[in-house]
Amino acid sequence: MNKQLTIEEFVASLKSGMTIGIAGWGPRRKPMALIRAILRSDLTDLTIVAYGGPEVGMLCAAGKVKKLIFGFVSMDAIPLEPYFRKAREAGTLDILELDEGMLQWGLKAAAFHLPFLPTHVGLGTDVMTHGGFKTVQSPYDDGEVLLAMPAVKLDAALLHVHRADKLGNIQALGPDTYYDEWFARAADKTFVSAEEVVERMDHSYPDDARANIVERCFIHGVVEAPLGAHPTSMPPSYGWDMKHLKSYADSAREDGGWDAYLADTIGADEAGYLGRVGGKDAVAALPLPIF
Amino acid sequence: MTTAPEFTLCEQLIVAASEAWRGNGELVATGIGPAPRLAAGLAKLTHTPELMMTDGEAYLVEDPVPLGPRGYDDRKAAGYLPFSRFFDAAVWSGKRHAMVTPSQIDRFGQTNISYLGGSYDQPKVQMLGARGFPGNSICHINSMFVPAHSKRVFVEGEVDMVSSVGYNPARRTPGVNFSRVDLRLIVTDLCVMDFGGTDNAIRIVMLHPGVTFEQVQEATGFALEAAAEIKTTPAPTAEQLAIIARLDPHGLRAGVLKDNPAGKRS
Repeated sequence: MNKQLTIEEFVASLKSGMTIGIAGWGPRRKPMALIRAILRSDLTDLTIVAYGGPEVGMLCAAGKVKKLIFGFVSMDAIPLEPYFRKAREAGTLDILELDEGMLQWGLKAAAFHLPFLPTHVGLGTDVMTHGGFKTVQSPYDDGEVLLAMPAVKLDAALLHVHRADKLGNIQALGPDTYYDEWFARAADKTFVSAEEVVERMDHSYPDDARANIVERCFIHGVVEAPLGAHPTSMPPSYGWDMKHLKSYADSAREDGGWDAYLADTIGADEAGYLGRVGGKDAVAALPLPIF
Repeated sequence: MTTAPEFTLCEQLIVAASEAWRGNGELVATGIGPAPRLAAGLAKLTHTPELMMTDGEAYLVEDPVPLGPRGYDDRKAAGYLPFSRFFDAAVWSGKRHAMVTPSQIDRFGQTNISYLGGSYDQPKVQMLGARGFPGNSICHINSMFVPAHSKRVFVEGEVDMVSSVGYNPARRTPGVNFSRVDLRLIVTDLCVMDFGGTDNAIRIVMLHPGVTFEQVQEATGFALEAAAEIKTTPAPTAEQLAIIARLDPHGLRAGVLKDNPAGKRS
């Protein structure tokens, strides 16, 4: 068993029209190397599911997204993602806007092979009105009416972690792993990029098994991608590149700004990407964000 | 307690906003934005030490984390509350009181942070999306901080996209348990309001020195009620100002209100 893929093999295993969940949270720990591979591909008509950051804006700008299912889209210190905003204001995106908690609940329903999970959340708001959600009544004495959050099933999930082995054992270090494990369990296939891929986790990092956020039966492909979260943060290894995110955001105000970002920064291949954004030493030294 | 000689209106609002958490006990006090965050810290360091608080990332702290640049490891963790546990532990459990700054607020206390104008399919101005507001509002206590009280914020009709639950009877789906909806204070640059009016109507409970009821009404898109006795917002004490200054060593609070006006003593 060897789940290691090249980045080309990874992107070749996706198909247009798929529903793809992207783990991470806003500008935190996004699988950006995998996203860039999708941006360079001819994949299209994707349904994207995310706690969105710059990856959502980039995929929208590149015309890859048919539908977006989101808890939010933000780059934190730059609150409004400019390309997401453009796509929304142009009316070109199908959307399902969710409360943040509803999204993870829908992923959990999918992971458990349930049609829905009940919740209070969304009731009384326009998330309910516009989302077309249905209610269920508790069969017990309380008789409460609850929103039935439908399963959010994914054809594929994409994660970026610190370490993976060729069997699909992964380790995500850092203080928070968000809802990454649920994206993985909600998906038919989960692809993980990792800062480092080793032969056997137990031979290399046996003391960090608690960082194994999701079991290897849910992991189908691993891709080595050092600094692969750039320009998003990867604590404790490196911080986000706010200068880069700002110039990316500024490009949305220029004619041809996206085309230039795509050609000059995303570029033709991942191998040259780090060189184009300041070099691997500079990226590795990005300070962790302060909140 | 001595009253400090000089203070800004923002500092006066921070003190007023800290009152939102008085006596809340052991729950997570979340202030989104510099002034609400300073207010939460002030509440914990003065009248309600039981409050819980995060470092904005993943850890619970007992010493509120100062705003702005600092050493990454300066904050010392006492507990752990990452985003991955937030709905389980703080939001859906009801163990939280958040103070937020919505883009729109209506007479029912419903708020909007999703989009302005246009439609769901094509908004005129896309904002953040509803984020956690639907869940926050139906599960735990909420308060609001409004730095520029105006009819653009306090809208005449319903907000453009109802992101959080308020007290609108037309949206009270039969059979749904809305018993945890609990809106407390709205602190603005003109006044302090609560939801203690008729059928949870918004009413003025405190006016900042020099501000009249009529002036607030004029800046609000719907009719306001008045508390039986409207108080005057107190001046901060020297102790409160010292704590605020310590929690905001880079002076970010100076940017909260337009032109950072001076506060007034009644």
